[in-house]
Amino acid sequence: MALSIALNVSQLAFVLLLSPLFAGILARCKEIVQSKRGPSLLQPYRDLRKLFGKDERVPQDSSWIFRATPYVVFVVPLIVTLLIPVLTDFPLFLAFAGDMLAAGFIFAISGFFFTLAAIDGGNPYGAMGASRTRMVGFLAEPVIIVVLFTVSFVANSTIPYIVQQHWVHPIANFFSPSHILLLIAFFMIILAETGKLPVDNPSGHFELAMIDESKVLEFSGRGAALIKYGGYMKFTVLAVVFLNVLLTPWGLAQAGSPADVALAVMAVALKIVALSLGIVIVESSFAKLRLFRIAEFLGAAFVVSVTAMVTQLLRL
Amino acid sequence: MSLLSELNALALGLFIISTIAMTVTRQIGACIQIFVVQSLLLAASAFLLGASTPSWHLIALGCVTVIGKAISIPWLLRALVPSEIHRTRELSQTIDAPTALLAALGLTLLGYAFGAHIVGAAPNLSSGNVSMGIAALLVGLLLLAVRIEAVPQLLGILAMENGAFLAGIAIAPDFPLIAELAIAFDVLLLGFIVALLTRAAYRRIGTTEVGGLSALRERIK
Repeated sequence: MALSIALNVSQLAFVLLLSPLFAGILARCKEIVQSKRGPSLLQPYRDLRKLFGKDERVPQDSSWIFRATPYVVFVVPLIVTLLIPVLTDFPLFLAFAGDMLAAGFIFAISGFFFTLAAIDGGNPYGAMGASRTRMVGFLAEPVIIVVLFTVSFVANSTIPYIVQQHWVHPIANFFSPSHILLLIAFFMIILAETGKLPVDNPSGHFELAMIDESKVLEFSGRGAALIKYGGYMKFTVLAVVFLNVLLTPWGLAQAGSPADVALAVMAVALKIVALSLGIVIVESSFAKLRLFRIAEFLGAAFVVSVTAMVTQLLRL
Repeated sequence: MSLLSELNALALGLFIISTIAMTVTRQIGACIQIFVVQSLLLAASAFLLGASTPSWHLIALGCVTVIGKAISIPWLLRALVPSEIHRTRELSQTIDAPTALLAALGLTLLGYAFGAHIVGAAPNLSSGNVSMGIAALLVGLLLLAVRIEAVPQLLGILAMENGAFLAGIAIAPDFPLIAELAIAFDVLLLGFIVALLTRAAYRRIGTTEVGGLSALRERIK
């Protein structure tokens, strides 16, 4: 009992403390690849401290949704953290409270509030960004559903702890086509959902081309800090789901001893850095797609996920 | 399920995806590269089936595929087709990309259904190869219908041919090598002729949109 609580707290601490660092590493690597020096790895922490220390300004005609949204965006990734294997191999408290589909729905709550708040703020760019995010969102939805459907089809479960075990016992499962194709589809979804390059330019500051960034424009002070922090954690959590459940289910703590957990922290952090390098390569080698080409990008992800299902059917 | 057959199934999945990718890629250069990938995956499937049966015919066939389709045909296309065509960024299509994607998806499922029927009649075949081969055949046909320009149309024919081969190596693993070689040279010749025709057409009329040539008119002087 006490061990479970300690492990859950350490998982939350992992996501809370290290996700700005992962964002910093991603930004720095990207700058280095593009022959620039880039900001310090700790820059996200400094940004957060600066924003937390500033006054908050709220648009005059906005409703409670605008004020509540930063907290929702901040809390949602932490709730999902409780459901997924971040550091441990074995299920903790809430492991059976929700599956991967539930995690998707919980993330949808934050997306819903964020969209409303962007419109609520009254900034025209906010509304535009909100509608674009919804467009990306509803195109990504069928892919997520088919991916999860295939996962449950292959592993007979969508509980992440069970799915994770399925790929490595026996190891032949790891090379099954449905697994590899699922990985490709899920990676494309991560790029779309966290606003990475072929879909959205995270470092772009041109309002007309923004998708994700334009929703943040009206937030200031603590609200902006919480939303930024929530964004960092969302990326970390999605990366953890991708890595620990689907791609590399190795290196997690098999028992609850502190040494095991410390090793798992290092292993998971290394994996996330490796994934960030992959994203850096993608972000540096593709140009941003035109808005109406995003449908094709996500259409391709959909084709990949359906092919994953078909090849799974073929083996029967 | 052994590792070899899993890897074969993986090659099949990537094969059908590369075939679908050829229907929506907008650059000729990328299209040719995807065709190379597709041919390499066909060869990989032949190697894997050859290793699991074991059959020397299939391994030789894989080598012929690599030399003929993954090396010679792209080289022919690069050497013979004028470089202006390779630099064209936006290929024209008769239907837009999302529609083509959905159609390709439908054809894949259709191919899967057909394949399941055929394999149901003779269950000892490598079922995946037959299904995905038929699916690639159908998607290649779609590619032929969707594209207007000559080079992608040629790639459509070659994709169909790859699909037929993929099904063929599962149905007849001990097909005589001389026949395989004949087919490989046939394809090479086809590529050569179409590339030359493309070159001539481009020189004479300044376009390779052969799909638009169905309504020829006499020039009135």
